[in-house]
Amino acid sequence: MEQTISKYAVDEQGYYGKFGGAFIPEMLYPNVEELKEKYLDIIYAPEFQEAFHGLLKDYVGRPTPLYFASRLSEKHGAKIYLKREDLCHTGAHKVNNTVGQILLAQRLGKKKIIAETGAGQHGVATATVCALMGMECIVYMGEVDMARQRPNVERMRILGAEVRPAKSGSRTLKDATNEAMRHWINNPNETHYIIGSVVGPHPYPDMVARFQSVISEEMREQLLLKEGTETPDYVVACVGGGSNAAGAFYHFLDEPEVQLVAVEAAGHGVDSGKSAATTALGRDGVLHGSRTILMQTEDGQVVEPHSISAGLDYPGIGPLHAHLFDSKRGIFLNATDEEAMVAGVELSRLEGIIPAIESAHAIAALGKLTFKPYDVVVLNLSGRGDKDLETYIKWGGY
Amino acid sequence: MSEIIEANRIDTLFTERADHILSMYFTAGYPNLGDTRKIMKALQDGGADVIEVGIPFSDPVADGPTIQKSNQQALENGMNMKLLFDQLEGMRSEIDIPVLLMGYFNPVMQYGLEKFCAKCQEIGIDGLILPDLPVYEYRKFYKEIFTKYGLHNIYLITPQTSEERIKEIDDHTEGFIYMVSSASTTGAKGAVSEVQEAYFARIQMLRLKNPRLIGFGISNNETFERACRYASGAIIGSAFIDLLEKSDNMEADIKQFVKGIKGN
Repeated sequence: MEQTISKYAVDEQGYYGKFGGAFIPEMLYPNVEELKEKYLDIIYAPEFQEAFHGLLKDYVGRPTPLYFASRLSEKHGAKIYLKREDLCHTGAHKVNNTVGQILLAQRLGKKKIIAETGAGQHGVATATVCALMGMECIVYMGEVDMARQRPNVERMRILGAEVRPAKSGSRTLKDATNEAMRHWINNPNETHYIIGSVVGPHPYPDMVARFQSVISEEMREQLLLKEGTETPDYVVACVGGGSNAAGAFYHFLDEPEVQLVAVEAAGHGVDSGKSAATTALGRDGVLHGSRTILMQTEDGQVVEPHSISAGLDYPGIGPLHAHLFDSKRGIFLNATDEEAMVAGVELSRLEGIIPAIESAHAIAALGKLTFKPYDVVVLNLSGRGDKDLETYIKWGGY
Repeated sequence: MSEIIEANRIDTLFTERADHILSMYFTAGYPNLGDTRKIMKALQDGGADVIEVGIPFSDPVADGPTIQKSNQQALENGMNMKLLFDQLEGMRSEIDIPVLLMGYFNPVMQYGLEKFCAKCQEIGIDGLILPDLPVYEYRKFYKEIFTKYGLHNIYLITPQTSEERIKEIDDHTEGFIYMVSSASTTGAKGAVSEVQEAYFARIQMLRLKNPRLIGFGISNNETFERACRYASGAIIGSAFIDLLEKSDNMEADIKQFVKGIKGN
């Protein structure tokens, strides 16, 4: 991980173009300010880098393979590689960030960890690193999500974390985030809040993106060996809050010849009223500490999104992605629940890999792009489908 | 057209009287959609010195369970910014005391900041409390507009706010400083602890330029009096929302509640 200066990177005040910032109540200011002042010095200290990369290698299992998916390539008429984040310990890319943040929390002298989770993947990744480091862990999860992601609730409990139901509002991810923020307001001294995506007040979006940037760092090295060039023609990733996409795009941001494709969840369809396609449906707003694109009513009340994939079921996107959308650096597509499920089964049949339903949205978008036969496409396969078996079974179209 | 520059009612209040100021918060649209003006009038008649009208929001992160619930109920009742402004239109024919709007930034931003501020001035709002609009963003992007329309922006400080930042806030504050009594979300807590008193005393010793009102956890005459020893007065929100929820004779109950807090 190197310090890079990109024109798409965050500025000193925490903005990506007009998006980002730190719209937080004064009660959170000291903690967020401390983080802002210290995070770069801490994470670029050689001792930290050694600990971080050591754990990524021996504990997480990095580097993850860059796998040439020949049958998928044949189907879509391009050279498609899968970046196998699904092979990370705990089953998704989420752990890259939690390993980084737990090391950071230790160096800030924090004793307790809180986190929010939607599908439970970030909660599990947080509970995992807390167990590893012997730190107390409380994970907030919407009551509705707890019911539909029961196995992940139990995984967190086995790992020693306390899972607290978020009972306010719509009782899903955004409410779990509200509750985690309230917990931090009420317990400011010994607690670090591990946000799971590139959302929240500055410096979270930038910090999480840096920890996830190991994904594109490896892609470049691996592509050089396999294709003789570090840059692909396309990088494709799904976007809820957007942490896996941020990590996959990070080291390609300043190379305009690399097309960055972000795939949002359209739910039942963009215009169905049951969708999570934020850039298609949202507008400029402020939620959870940053200015970004947000699904909301005319009156500025946050709208409850819908996606079959709990990990994409968020009414906003990270401010970096809002900026990539606004500046047209990124191509923003979306896939419906049905398209994602079909694509998930397609990948299972073509390559013997059952993807997380989040990642299946990215696969579904392949069919919406027009490739030339020699185009090199890297698809970030952010997670594995084990956690989604029940959803696959309920859907049943296989 | 001549412009009459009137002194902001908040400044006038604190110039005339610097102690035992009671500011009362309620969420617009709660318990019933049409209660706004009735509650305001009863608060004034009961002896409240300042009214804070809450703009409901779907995701009130700085609030505890009581105000969260009132926000959600108010939205379900159909409250929105346009309706709130309609309800407040003409309020100055019966309300003389300072009135502030308090809420989260997003609904204000969606209404359009300048349009919002102009509307506030037109109906006689004196100031705004937007907890998630931080000092940096306010000064860089919004202060000019607030000032143009004669609106005070009220800052919060907490027990964790550094002395350096408190002084910076004091230099840029308008009206009064909202002193959050403990590291917490909003909500009644019953008593004021020794730790809190030590914090109140510490801030008192700083001899800030601006008056202070203490909020969060103030709920009755005892906690109000305790706060008044260290500040110009106090703010009550959650305890009042609780009362509104239970009340079946709202106007009488509000007057009695305010009188009880003030101890007369």
